[in-house]
Amino acid sequence: MSNQASTLFDKVWDAHVVRKIEDGPDVFFIDRHFIHEVTSPVAFLGLESRNVGVIYPNRTFATADHNTPTINQHLPVQDPLSAKQLDALESNSAKYGISHWGLGNVKNGIVHVVGPENGITLPGMTIVCGDSHTSTHGAFGAIAFGIGTSEVEMVLSSQCIMQPKPKKMRVNVNGKLGKAVTPKDVTLYIISKLTTAGATGYFVEYAGDVFENMSMEGRMTVCNMSIEMGARGGMIAPDQTTFDYIEGREQAPKGEKWDTALAYWKTLKTDADAVFDKEYTFNAEDIEPMITYGTNPGMGQGISRNIPTSEQVEGGKATYDKSLNYMGFHENESMLGKKIDYVFIGSCTNGRIEDFRAFASIVKGRKKADNVTAWVVPGSHIVEAQIKEEGILDILTEAGFELRQPGCSACLAMNDDKIPAGKYAVSTSNRNFEGRQGPGARTLLASPLVAAAAAVTGVVTDPRDLL
Amino acid sequence: MAQSQKLIANSQQLISMAYDKFTILKSTAVPLPIENVDTDQIIPARFLKATKREGFGDNLFRDWRYNGNDTPKTDFVLNNPIYSGKILVGGRNFGSGSSREHAAWAIYDYGFRCVVSSFFADIFKGNSLNIGILPVQVSEEFLDKIFQAIEADPNAELEVDLPEQTITIVGSAESEKFDINGYKKHNMINGFDDIDYLQAMKSDITEFEAQRLY
Repeated sequence: MSNQASTLFDKVWDAHVVRKIEDGPDVFFIDRHFIHEVTSPVAFLGLESRNVGVIYPNRTFATADHNTPTINQHLPVQDPLSAKQLDALESNSAKYGISHWGLGNVKNGIVHVVGPENGITLPGMTIVCGDSHTSTHGAFGAIAFGIGTSEVEMVLSSQCIMQPKPKKMRVNVNGKLGKAVTPKDVTLYIISKLTTAGATGYFVEYAGDVFENMSMEGRMTVCNMSIEMGARGGMIAPDQTTFDYIEGREQAPKGEKWDTALAYWKTLKTDADAVFDKEYTFNAEDIEPMITYGTNPGMGQGISRNIPTSEQVEGGKATYDKSLNYMGFHENESMLGKKIDYVFIGSCTNGRIEDFRAFASIVKGRKKADNVTAWVVPGSHIVEAQIKEEGILDILTEAGFELRQPGCSACLAMNDDKIPAGKYAVSTSNRNFEGRQGPGARTLLASPLVAAAAAVTGVVTDPRDLL
Repeated sequence: MAQSQKLIANSQQLISMAYDKFTILKSTAVPLPIENVDTDQIIPARFLKATKREGFGDNLFRDWRYNGNDTPKTDFVLNNPIYSGKILVGGRNFGSGSSREHAAWAIYDYGFRCVVSSFFADIFKGNSLNIGILPVQVSEEFLDKIFQAIEADPNAELEVDLPEQTITIVGSAESEKFDINGYKKHNMINGFDDIDYLQAMKSDITEFEAQRLY
């Protein structure tokens, strides 16, 4: 391996290795550690039983998101187990001096929304959290990935993690995206090509025109879903779009520190002759608005296509049949026109202001279909405020939609926002596993445009027909 | 390997982990010939509301194991008394999805100490190694042989030898080697913990932190 030609990933990884262990993992320093109420309580208990403290509270950020209700957040939390976790997060944060944005705090929201919007996430950082969608922060040219509770304890106590360096993959998408084709469609397309295990063992860099022209929020959507093809994480090289997004945000560097940081960030790109362990290239023109028909995020395709037969997909027939059976779908059926029951727009994948602008662009002047229950959940209070400021709330209300309060909500249904058994939900979230949104729930993953189109027609609809 | 052994031996703060040491495991196995078993199936999200690590074994594969009214689903392997053991054998891409370590806890607390598959999702694999479950990756062909052996005889035993890095179908004496990171292998054999290792190198870490840009 040449010392001269390195990738963006190499540059950030190598700069964070504290020690290399012979035939073992690297001891890897973590710049930012995000924690939430579900995966931190047991980690803190572990610290206590070892009589070890939190080494760098100022590098640790807590927010309550997974378990929280999305209505009446001013009232005490009904579910006693959820309440216990939220209390544990609050008291642990207070005990160790960790910044904590609980329910009711103006900065509260989904962890992977609040980190970037407050300027905590920066290029060249290493970022972890006990949540697999931590890969979101890779949109800034950071190495960001999800970790388990033992590793949360490890990072709290030592600010380091033991990690073998993953292999490197680059996914290029070039060309111009068609009408109504969004970053969510780009990522669903890539995952459908690579499958849910296609990037396991790899860290992915996304490159090409499509990403250079994509907004930061779009890049976050794509990096967010990297885990769904098995990748450790995904990242996009920082550029002027990145710098413009970050500048002026509350916790972003200012003045001289900004100049120093900017100079460093400009070095964070893959060298021209760097080599990846695996590389893929796709054309933007081949990507349609997407929708999933099965029970993993790789089981998706262009919305105008029919459901494939088992011979046309990778993997065994028995597994494929089980999946279609769970969904109540059949080979060769069209997705268009299928009746749906719920629409969920939100989550760390599509819970930012651009997603709500997109949703509003379709529902404006139309009405929510009577057979649809819609949950419109902003990613944070900051996003909620923007929705109101920009008049999007008026558009939503006029069309018969209610805006809820921030939280992970129906993405994983740990709170009351559960899809009932057998019901179909078009969801802008990230996973369509069996029972993900509630036992027996049937999830169709899609972009905010596809979700909006379904919300106003009551059936799976191509958004291009409504624009 | 020598480097880490020395460092661990020299550490005065070394405490043994709460999980059992793993050297050789000989046991019958429970077959789950399903591909892409994701962590939402292993432990549904509604069980992540714990503030302690308790009761996870009861909720392993909850929705595949029990009906809505909590009666057992008779066709699910964990409810079939002819299968038992400390080894779980799963189809390829075992453990995909969420980073929830609770999935590994559920498997450990139920009683399994080893999961065998032809492919593991990364985060799940890491979580397993961190808590004392050995993930053993074999070839597709060998995985088929294991499933066939168990189907022919539910009491068929497997022997997993961590020091030798081999897994053997005892009845036919067929075996295959598996990979494991040298550092993790050493930890599992000795019941050592990453956190103790990191505490022992704290001064290196604080020195590193001091020169970070932000």
